[in-house]
Amino acid sequence: MSVQDRASAVSGARLASLAVPAIVFVAAMTAWEFAVRINGIPPYVLPGPLLVLKTLVADWEILAQSLLTTLITTLEGFIAAALGGIALALVFNQSRWLQWALFPYAVVLQVTPVIAIAPLLLIYLPQQTAVVVCAWIVGFFPVLSNTALGLNSVDRNLAGLFQLYGASRWQTLRYLKLPAALPYILGGLRIAGGLSLIGAVVAEIAAGSAGAGSGLAYRIAESGYRLNIPRMFAALVLLSVAGIVIYGLLALVSHLVLRRWHESALGKDN
Amino acid sequence: MSLPPSPVRAADIAVRLRAVTKVYESGVAALGPIDVAIGRGEFVSLLGPSGCGKSTALRLIAGLAGPSAGTVEIAAASSETHPGHRIGFVFQEPTLMPWTSVRDNVGLPLKLAHVTAAEARPRVDAALAQVGLADFADAFPRELSGGMKMRASLARALVTQPDILLMDEPFAALDEITRFRLNDDLLDLWRRLSMTVLFVTHSVFESVYLSQRVLVMTARPGRLSAEIAIEADVRDDAFRASPDYAAYCRRVSDALAPAYTGVLAL
Repeated sequence: MSVQDRASAVSGARLASLAVPAIVFVAAMTAWEFAVRINGIPPYVLPGPLLVLKTLVADWEILAQSLLTTLITTLEGFIAAALGGIALALVFNQSRWLQWALFPYAVVLQVTPVIAIAPLLLIYLPQQTAVVVCAWIVGFFPVLSNTALGLNSVDRNLAGLFQLYGASRWQTLRYLKLPAALPYILGGLRIAGGLSLIGAVVAEIAAGSAGAGSGLAYRIAESGYRLNIPRMFAALVLLSVAGIVIYGLLALVSHLVLRRWHESALGKDN
Repeated sequence: MSLPPSPVRAADIAVRLRAVTKVYESGVAALGPIDVAIGRGEFVSLLGPSGCGKSTALRLIAGLAGPSAGTVEIAAASSETHPGHRIGFVFQEPTLMPWTSVRDNVGLPLKLAHVTAAEARPRVDAALAQVGLADFADAFPRELSGGMKMRASLARALVTQPDILLMDEPFAALDEITRFRLNDDLLDLWRRLSMTVLFVTHSVFESVYLSQRVLVMTARPGRLSAEIAIEADVRDDAFRASPDYAAYCRRVSDALAPAYTGVLAL
């Protein structure tokens, strides 16, 4: 195969990797739409994709407001998870005693289903705070464990080099451990982004209260009670898109930060 | 190039190990007891089979680990010729930070010593020029070949103008031609910078070509089994092709051979 052939084969493969899922999507939507129409399924049981789209446009004002609410909660939870997870990992890295003292409880917080914690938080905290705390609880553990792993994955010889030149703790952290942990931290953040959205949604459903500041999850619950199934689907679509966008943004950030040096961000040719 | 005569006199000792042993926490005896004296400005190779503790000896001298028994003495250098950190260390792997440029990698020891960026820059440039990497200051480590990475690693060790350079099988992973060139460049630097070099290797040929003295070690726990002075003033391709060189290699090989008895699958 000539170089040119190979290049076109590569771009062909790339095109296919985008086209194939798109074709599957269109086919599935078409099948769904026809199944609904042919069987005469009423919209309060299963709306077709066209109706969902129509609802999305018609209810855009109210849904967009809810989307914004959920996104703000997610963002707050994510930032808290990122800062909290990284900070706790740094503390653990500097003090083995604190790690022994606290790590088991971080695990407990992680393995207890957040849906079971949310009602309790709603009793003790103002609603908006409780929702953010839920987003934080699910998001912070992957950041913590990934950062901790990264901080402990420093090349032994590089660590020896820092020791040889009498580096202080702070210098070792700043110039060696943090940069070495960066790919791991970014990996943790990528997971935490999606999880923060899940945490926010879970807490909103548990809170279940109405008002101007109610999020998409509340809209889903509310529409369910009112048998407004098309709006349920429309809200669900928005949540999925939000999740994809969050993941995509974090993946992009990760790529841009690591592209000059880390294996994960380098092309196969390099 | 010409080598100065080997200058081991009591007053001129740069590194001295006295009855040094190293036993790991696991109970494995890694090294010694071993006595070594290395003269100021000398180029000495430490030659031995894998796992004989020669790297351990280097780490003890660098202060990266403490001896289980015995003492490690590093003589104070004259601060006029070697104002910075006294020991430079080159690992078997280039051991560069992949996330930053060659310039930042080479400048690391200065940064850790709180040398200002403005003051560090010319020194980094000088170190890069010494190893022939002046044009690659802004490259990232992954953009360099194996030999160039090793040069960057060497530049980092030289940037503090050390009086003792410790090298742990630095060229073992390189191809023959690259290794020959680096050997010649290293000898050139050693002569110009008047450093003491302790060079760990498992290559008989490399040790004979480079050093004034070859210290041969036994299998683990490593002890000195022979000390062979290489009395050749000029080291170049002609030396490599000379009967003297072949004879030295034969002597060193013979001294090394007992270390391999009882080792399987050779």
